[in-house]
Amino acid sequence: MDTQAILQVENLQKHFPIKGGLFSPKGSKTVKAVDGVSFSLARGQTLGLVGESGCGKSTTGRMVARLMDPTGGRILIDGVDISQLGGRDLYNFRRKVQMIFQDPFASLNPRQTVGTAIAAPMLAQKINPAGGLKSRVKELLEQVGLKPEHYNRFPHEFSGGQRQRVGIARAISLNPSVIVCDEPVSALDVSVQAQVVNLLQEIQRDTGVAYIFIAHDLSVVRHISHEVAVMYLGKIVEQGPREDLFRDPRHPYTQALLSAVPLPDPRAARQQQKIRLRGDLPSPANPPSGCVFRTRCPLFGTLGVEQQQRCISDIPLPASAAAPACHHAGLDSAALAGVQ
Amino acid sequence: MTQLQPSPAGQPATRTAQPATRTGAFLDVRNLSVKFPTDDGLVSAVNGMDFSLERGQTLGIVGESGSGKSVTSQALMGLLKGTSARVTGQALFQGKDLVTLPESGMRQLRGRNIGMIFQDPLSALHPFYTVGHQIAEAYLVHNKASKKQARTAAVDMLGRVGIPSPEQRYDEYPHHFSGGMRQRAMIAMALICEPELLIADEPTTALDVTVQAQILDLMSELQEETNSALILITHDLGVVAEICDSVLVMYGGQCVESGPVDEIFYDTQHPYTLGLLKSMPTLSSSSGRLNPIPGQPPSLLDLPKGCIFSARCEYAALAGDGVCASQRPELVVEDGHGKRCHLRGPQIVTIRNTR
Amino acid sequence: MIRFIFRRTGSLILLLVAVSFITFTLFQLGPADPASAACGQECTPERVAEARVALGMDHPFLIQYIDYMRGLVSPRMIGAPGAESICQWPCLGKSFQTNENVSDIIARSLPYTLSMAVGALVLWTVSGVGLGLLAALRKGSATDKFIVGAASVGVSLPIPVTGLFLLLVFVNQLHLLPFTTNEINSPFGPQGPWAWVLNYLLPWVALAVLFSAAYIRVTRTNMIETFSEDFIRTARAKGLAPRTVTFKHGVRAGITPVVTMLGMDIGLLLGGAVLTEQIFSVPGLGFTAVRAAISGDLPVTMAITMLAAFFVIVANVVVDLAYAAIDPRVRLQ
Ligand SMILES: Nc1ncnc2c1ncn2[C@@H]1O[C@H](COP(=O)(O)OP(=O)(O)OP(=O)(O)O)[C@@H](O)[C@H]1O
Ligand SMILES: Nc1ncnc2c1ncn2[C@@H]1O[C@H](COP(=O)(O)OP(=O)(O)OP(=O)(O)O)[C@@H](O)[C@H]1O
Ligand code: SF4
Ligand code: SF4
Ligand SMILES: [Mg+2]
Ligand SMILES: [Mg+2]
Repeated sequence: MDTQAILQVENLQKHFPIKGGLFSPKGSKTVKAVDGVSFSLARGQTLGLVGESGCGKSTTGRMVARLMDPTGGRILIDGVDISQLGGRDLYNFRRKVQMIFQDPFASLNPRQTVGTAIAAPMLAQKINPAGGLKSRVKELLEQVGLKPEHYNRFPHEFSGGQRQRVGIARAISLNPSVIVCDEPVSALDVSVQAQVVNLLQEIQRDTGVAYIFIAHDLSVVRHISHEVAVMYLGKIVEQGPREDLFRDPRHPYTQALLSAVPLPDPRAARQQQKIRLRGDLPSPANPPSGCVFRTRCPLFGTLGVEQQQRCISDIPLPASAAAPACHHAGLDSAALAGVQ
Repeated sequence: MTQLQPSPAGQPATRTAQPATRTGAFLDVRNLSVKFPTDDGLVSAVNGMDFSLERGQTLGIVGESGSGKSVTSQALMGLLKGTSARVTGQALFQGKDLVTLPESGMRQLRGRNIGMIFQDPLSALHPFYTVGHQIAEAYLVHNKASKKQARTAAVDMLGRVGIPSPEQRYDEYPHHFSGGMRQRAMIAMALICEPELLIADEPTTALDVTVQAQILDLMSELQEETNSALILITHDLGVVAEICDSVLVMYGGQCVESGPVDEIFYDTQHPYTLGLLKSMPTLSSSSGRLNPIPGQPPSLLDLPKGCIFSARCEYAALAGDGVCASQRPELVVEDGHGKRCHLRGPQIVTIRNTR
Repeated sequence: MIRFIFRRTGSLILLLVAVSFITFTLFQLGPADPASAACGQECTPERVAEARVALGMDHPFLIQYIDYMRGLVSPRMIGAPGAESICQWPCLGKSFQTNENVSDIIARSLPYTLSMAVGALVLWTVSGVGLGLLAALRKGSATDKFIVGAASVGVSLPIPVTGLFLLLVFVNQLHLLPFTTNEINSPFGPQGPWAWVLNYLLPWVALAVLFSAAYIRVTRTNMIETFSEDFIRTARAKGLAPRTVTFKHGVRAGITPVVTMLGMDIGLLLGGAVLTEQIFSVPGLGFTAVRAAISGDLPVTMAITMLAAFFVIVANVVVDLAYAAIDPRVRLQ
């Protein structure tokens, strides 16, 4: 066991019961939003979590922050399993893991001033910062690039980007050891995004906080993360050190994902060959048998019947640092064409 | 699908000349300003925007968070009418001034002539009505049709935006849809009346790159079919590079630079645009610190007298004589490339080389 | 759905048992001695003792309670040994005061309370939601400020003040309305619905003034919040008419808190609008309950308390069902 790990997640699962109609009894079916996710995160490190919309990234993050109860699996913080905490213990734990939310609109109470919103976690945890709560809040406002004069403003007076900074100020107010950042910079322009990313990295250097960094912008993920995990339909399909994963993506989904990153260079963009995935993410209520990616896998179509059969009937081993969750990873289509 | 704009057969249906308006442009925005009275004072969210757009074109708007991109688009949609916002200036859309047009006239245009797609499709869809109902509703406002016809049209549209088994999906609620599907539903809703102008405010920000690629393809495809104009607001310079014909860069409620996409990327003229380009992490960049533009945007309650960017501009000294702090530069357009900066020719070459 | 109803019925029964037990206990601890009250002016200790037997109060507390509860499911005999009489199901006991079946007393009082509740409810919901909505639509205008001001006055006026004021002005001074009489307790009676409305108008207004103030405030705040939601912007961007935007998209989404309040208030009101019934001397449940409580008439007090609890709980279930009907994301469990 990695003694350095501040956070260890083992076989984490979240199954949502499916709603029956109003007059029909509730079915026994479930949505497998997260289905057997494992990773570990060392102190002061950042794990980037990427993947298709709806693949379970936020759900994973929410479980780690214990805003949601896991259906199964373990979450170890400093070696202590927090997946079953409740009551007082859960309250004390809140200080250790904070979350920055994806949707700055929904996470702020429209009737609360921004100052009050930022002070809320400190009040809830009965923390009295030196110099008083109000001056600490103003300091936090400045730290995230807002102005002290914003203290008494209401969220609707802010642009999307400004609201997101408020969320960041709120999350760092308790000096947690892990922060789950759920798309913290999606709403920001590239310059402010750069400021925030720098800010997050500075905070990490100073305090040793570890981040789970969920984002769709792969260039930011690449910049901030030490490790990257790629999710698809509730499972991690590939994970590894940032450099390896970006240089040599081995799972067909990761390959498609990286190829689709829009290039901020018009000429290059015109030349770009994207791997287009067809259709939508299958329903997590009714995932495909065998490999969950097989319905859209570009590699699948190039495989021989026997190999395809393996994709259909066998579930690949969970992704590890050594290998992605694919039976045929490493066989690219060109190589395959030669084989057949 | 009916061609909204007659075009000679065999020719690409783009950039057709428009019926004569004052300037002849399809959409012509002149000196558009929006101010919000608040308890703290007057917030100048948009300060004299000028731009124009032709049919079949895609204009990307990028810029600082809070620089007034969304407010501009809301002003164009007339969504600020009936609020405390003070909108001045002109926005001529096919000769009609959207700023002075009364709410009732605006309502005729909304949805039918100008469609809009919002960033967060979950909060932008009504949680209590089925997706199909909401799309059919958009159809029924502007078309004399029966409920059944509206349903058929909505199902058809859902299919066209790539929703599998649209007939069943019609009766599902937004919370049953994935993020990407919700955004497709939003697009279906905005496009069902085939508007000539589509405004998309960060349509793919909440989506991963593979879905983003699908949505962008879809929007380009549909735009080509209807020869509509598209205004795309985004923070993603990659998206801009990929699908926009021209770009408008906003800062502090003003257009600071505008022009064809290649010129903005390869012949950057304004220090703020340059700063944006330099802030980007790229897939090939090594780690370390990013290079954001230092400092904070000006308070919109109290804009500086001179150049709005002067407090953060590295090159203010280069322009000489404190002119940046005392004099607000005008938007100067040369060969379709506009910039709002006191720096001139050789000085700009200098700043670009410091990149 | 079926499961939902089963579960709710189960908890309903449990709650009613709890409420009855608490009322029963409180009553035992209370100072009133029903036996001496029942035996009248010239009382000898023997007659008090007789009365105790007649009222069943010679049994231990728990036996009394169990006897009482038995009556709720089957007929039972009541009275001193030898002088028993049958009390038909549902037996809520017999009044200590008049020896009448409590169920008859309730049946007599309920129409008055219903008359009061239904009219007041309609009046305050319509005025509260209507004015709240208007204020939200005209946020910041003089209309808004006037409505909000009036609401804060309304909520601070106690019922006796409004009630007596209304009585004084409209009945004593202006002679516009009749005194509330006990002859009319339903719109279907011989005097017809109009007489019923006139008869109850004042109590309705008195109640509505108090309640609608809260509805105005809740409606206003919620509607303002809803009108700033993204989906309202979407609705406008489609080119929908303002009426459609306001009602179809706005009100439906913003009304749920009002539905909750309504559920609570209906339940409470059916339990008896005590003060209002007193002031306008309407012999409804509240009026009867107060009289019974003062004279130590346990069975009547018990019955009305339990009825009130029953109404509150049923109203809650109805609220949940209404929620599910309004919001497709709600699941009933
Ligand atoms: N409360 C819930 N009840 C039922 N299903 C849910 C619930 N919350 C999430 N889901 C489903 O679980 C899956 C994972 O959702 P999640 O929000 O974790 O995705 P995500 O990866 O964060 O997507 P995005 O990139 O769009 O934010 C989705 O299919 C979603 O519909
Ligand atoms: N109703 C309002 N009252 C006061 N100020 C407002 C209001 N709406 C917007 N603003 C202000 O106007 C400015 C422009 O906001 P806008 O939403 O257009 O920014 P944006 O460019 O879209 O930013 P982002 O990229 O973060 O979405 C912001 O500073 C915001 O605070
Ligand atoms: S296991 Fe088969 S279907 Fe799955 S990713 Fe690998 S090749 Fe594709
Ligand atoms: S006008 Fe001066 S301050 Fe403004 S952008 Fe140009 S050089 Fe910088
Ligand atoms: Mg998410
Ligand atoms: Mg915006």
